[in-house]
Amino acid sequence: MNTLLTISGLGVFCLIAEIFNLRKLLIPVAIIGLLAILGLTISEFNIPSSHYNNMIVVNRFSVSFSSLFIVLTIFLIALSGDFYKEHQSKLSDYVAIKIFLLAGAVAMVSFGNLAMFFIGIEVLSISLYILAASKRLEVNSNEAGMKYFLLGSFASGIILFGICLIYGATGYFNIDEIFQLSQGAGIPVWFPIGLTLIIIGMLFKIAAAPFHFWAPDVYEGAPSITTALMSTLAKVVAMATLYKLIQGMVPAIPTIFENIIVVISVLTMSVGNLMALRQNNVKRMLAFSGISHAGFMLMALLSLSSAAGTLLYYTTAYALAGIAAFAVIILVTKNKDNEDIINFNGLGKTNPLMAAILTASLLSMAGIPIFSGFFAKFSLFTNTIESGYLFVVIAGVINSIVSIGYYFKLIIAMYTKDAAETPSATPFVYYFTAVIAIILNIAIGVFPNTILNLLSA
Amino acid sequence: MNNILNQIGIENYIFLSVLLFCIGVFGVLYRRNAIIVLMSIEIMLNAVNLLFVAFSTYHQDAEGQIFVFFSMAVAAAEVAVGLAILVSIFRNLGSIDIDNLKNLKG
Repeated sequence: MNTLLTISGLGVFCLIAEIFNLRKLLIPVAIIGLLAILGLTISEFNIPSSHYNNMIVVNRFSVSFSSLFIVLTIFLIALSGDFYKEHQSKLSDYVAIKIFLLAGAVAMVSFGNLAMFFIGIEVLSISLYILAASKRLEVNSNEAGMKYFLLGSFASGIILFGICLIYGATGYFNIDEIFQLSQGAGIPVWFPIGLTLIIIGMLFKIAAAPFHFWAPDVYEGAPSITTALMSTLAKVVAMATLYKLIQGMVPAIPTIFENIIVVISVLTMSVGNLMALRQNNVKRMLAFSGISHAGFMLMALLSLSSAAGTLLYYTTAYALAGIAAFAVIILVTKNKDNEDIINFNGLGKTNPLMAAILTASLLSMAGIPIFSGFFAKFSLFTNTIESGYLFVVIAGVINSIVSIGYYFKLIIAMYTKDAAETPSATPFVYYFTAVIAIILNIAIGVFPNTILNLLSA
Repeated sequence: MNNILNQIGIENYIFLSVLLFCIGVFGVLYRRNAIIVLMSIEIMLNAVNLLFVAFSTYHQDAEGQIFVFFSMAVAAAEVAVGLAILVSIFRNLGSIDIDNLKNLKG
């Protein structure tokens, strides 16, 4: 609970800092503050507790996912200093919005009451609408913001209706009471309908197929740093919340629901990969790649009781690779008007370190050993086979092979083509962020058990 | 209050709310004017608020009515952001027809 309070306090501080003209200190102070909050959060790891009539529940699941979100936010705020260099007067707003977004994310994984869940998802979504439309003079950014706003609030309405039906069926918002009542016989039919509506709304938010159509447009039009935020932080938050919701409210998923999850998972990863093969815009390609990763993450729902650690590992590996990749993409496309693959030609010669980092992060997403993406997929597949869904794993393996196709398109452009122009100087912060993200990625790839076993004890 | 609910029946409240919710959904899907789309989203959220209050009386429990305050506050914040985005679209394009928003595709 201290996590949520201190994050909100830090957000308010960032807004006040603007009044006292502390703009130069803003980003270092925000990062130091977040590091302190990270320490505070980790110190609560072994002390499960609940606050305010079970509104907020602190347990290992919430602490470890909150720590992951805080780490991702630190990277994103570090990158935003240079990204918003031309917009100094709005810097504190952007940083504050990102910190409030983090508060929403933490509320979403540590809720014990559906009211808290709803507030969390709305704080996260409203911050994202603002960030997606934040380049207000560009039509593309406006369009992305509007599309995201319409689809997002549509999904929020569906989630709210689901919460309402669950309240009608049980008479409680507290998920512990709902869990108790959902086991008993004679629960009204509203309950499964409500649960389905909440799940549909969450599938909108994680951009799983048939509800994925907004994601590529929004990712392409939004400013690059917001795309990085949406494809790493927002996706991971929505996935963790969906897992917690289902695990918290029903003892076991009925078989028919599991079959639907199987269909959605396979459909999501196939649609994402096949569409990614024909993209020329890197942000759009990574949007489709993110859709296919959402399909992989949905597999965790098939082995609900044991997959928490695997889900944490997969999301960590995916998000760290995403941060490293986007650090390079933001750098390369900084002064360009589009993000086509052509901009990456010859990066291997002009800036070998950045090219190597981008290659490493793409290989991690594709699931090549040494990088943590491989072990993430490996343990996910193992879990899924153990719960008896061999078919999904076969589809997953085929999709991993297909995904190498489009990741290598970018890698080949970097190393075999010639650069069109001479590179400009690289700000240090890009190297710093990208190198740390990729080192963390490789470190958890070398020692996978540190994270895989975190939630099992 | 409970007496009225008994006479009308909770099912009818659910039917009314579902009907209003569907009006909102079809408004979002079929109308092209962004202001009307925003209004349709509001109808969706308010249909749910109505159902919350009905269930709250049905269960003799105040929690549902408190939730309505939360969802009203959230809906207000959401619409404020939506209108802000709409204003910047109008400044750039001179129109609020959402069919004009099709630069991004592929």
